[in-house]
Amino acid sequence: MNEITTTRHNPFIDPTLQVWNWEIPVYLFLGGMVAGMMIISGYFLFKGRHKEENCSCYYLPYISFVLLSVGMLALFLDLEHKLYVWRLYTTFQITSAMSWGSWILVLVYPILFVNILLRPPKMLTDKFPIVIEWQKVLLEKTSWIKNIGVLTMFFGAGIGLYTGVLLSSLGARPLWSSSILWMLFLISGLSGAAAFVHVIAKDAYERVLLAKADNAFLIIELFVIALFIIGLKTATEVQASAADLLLVGKFASSFWVFVIGLGIIIPLFIQLLAVNHKINHTPLAPLMVIIGGLILRFVIVSAGQYSHWFALN
Amino acid sequence: MVIDTTKCVGCQDCVIACQAENNVPQGFCRDWITTEAKGKFPTIEMEIRSERCNHCTDAPCISCCPTGASHYHDVGGVVLVNHDECIGCKACIASCPYDARYVHPEGYVDKCTFCIHRVEKGQDPACVSVCPTHCMHFGDLDDPNSKVSKLLQSRRNHSLLPEAGTKPNIFYLT
Repeated sequence: MNEITTTRHNPFIDPTLQVWNWEIPVYLFLGGMVAGMMIISGYFLFKGRHKEENCSCYYLPYISFVLLSVGMLALFLDLEHKLYVWRLYTTFQITSAMSWGSWILVLVYPILFVNILLRPPKMLTDKFPIVIEWQKVLLEKTSWIKNIGVLTMFFGAGIGLYTGVLLSSLGARPLWSSSILWMLFLISGLSGAAAFVHVIAKDAYERVLLAKADNAFLIIELFVIALFIIGLKTATEVQASAADLLLVGKFASSFWVFVIGLGIIIPLFIQLLAVNHKINHTPLAPLMVIIGGLILRFVIVSAGQYSHWFALN
Repeated sequence: MVIDTTKCVGCQDCVIACQAENNVPQGFCRDWITTEAKGKFPTIEMEIRSERCNHCTDAPCISCCPTGASHYHDVGGVVLVNHDECIGCKACIASCPYDARYVHPEGYVDKCTFCIHRVEKGQDPACVSVCPTHCMHFGDLDDPNSKVSKLLQSRRNHSLLPEAGTKPNIFYLT
């Protein structure tokens, strides 16, 4: 017998931690999507696809800009001391993943802006004609475009892995205490972004390419999830208990049904049929992948807060 | 801090004293009483503990804080939160294996300060000073001649979750 009773009754701490609600999973999801879109867009720039009229590298920066801003709004809404948000930018705390993230997010905006300069909106060129000159300079130099592509991929990967590191740096929550969480969030972001771009791409080549890429990302994601679970199950007792929350515990139904089943396996099956010309491409599978990615963040954030060092004492 | 669990009766005087001294909002607590019963009948052991922030030497709440609001006090390494620098991101709450922190209704994260305002005047923390069984002792663990160091040298003791690797600075005599 080992029975612990406590008189502590702090709101959102007891009986289980619930300090992060919808805002953080939404932010992590949108951050992952933006990461994936930046990597895809950067890859197309690197491969010189900007010469194609309908290349998605021309509109993905706009979408990324909007989604990143919505994500940062969600992060802002989560803050309890909102008026002090500027404090994030008066210091750089090298050991804090959140401090790294807040500075990376600030650096991403100029990168997106440079991407937007490749085909600036009329509103911008009307007001600032010099932007057209900048655009000309950029488009004339292939090596610059390649470098912009690499930089976009680099910062995209930075956001994607940061969303995982943010949680895994918090060792007090056994479920998050995994060195592979960043890879899971990065690959999930890539699969969500590939699914999204597959649906909206105007270019037929890109649509097919991204459907194939998404299938690869989904298969890799399954392997990464398996490694994540194996890593936890073979670690300490508290981490094994945390893995059980997903496998057989409180969060098992949402994990197996929505994340694994409806979020990965079924859309993978549908998309494999589509790329092999057995059925037509359908927006259903990408939609399932995107929603699955969102639910993955909700499950990981909620189950992580539920997991605890005291669970086995 | 050293707490003698063989003397603690769980009266919660320390909890009330803390709330009164630090104006802790209603419904919240910076310290609390934990009762742990373990073993197999008829050899069941029970330990009553007054718990709070462990003011860890390797405090994860400090290393994860994005603004530097969570910090070590210059004297004694007490872990404190600067309310004017805290943005309420709650990373520190999620990083604490003891769940010793909470969000104050005014928006900043709050926790035990070891009554640093009293300690700076040479007084004991409020919880220590009111304890009716004198089970709590406060002092300098770095000084081998301090009362707390001598208690730890002479008595069997343990800390909470040493396996979490945070090097907690509250010890329980058993």
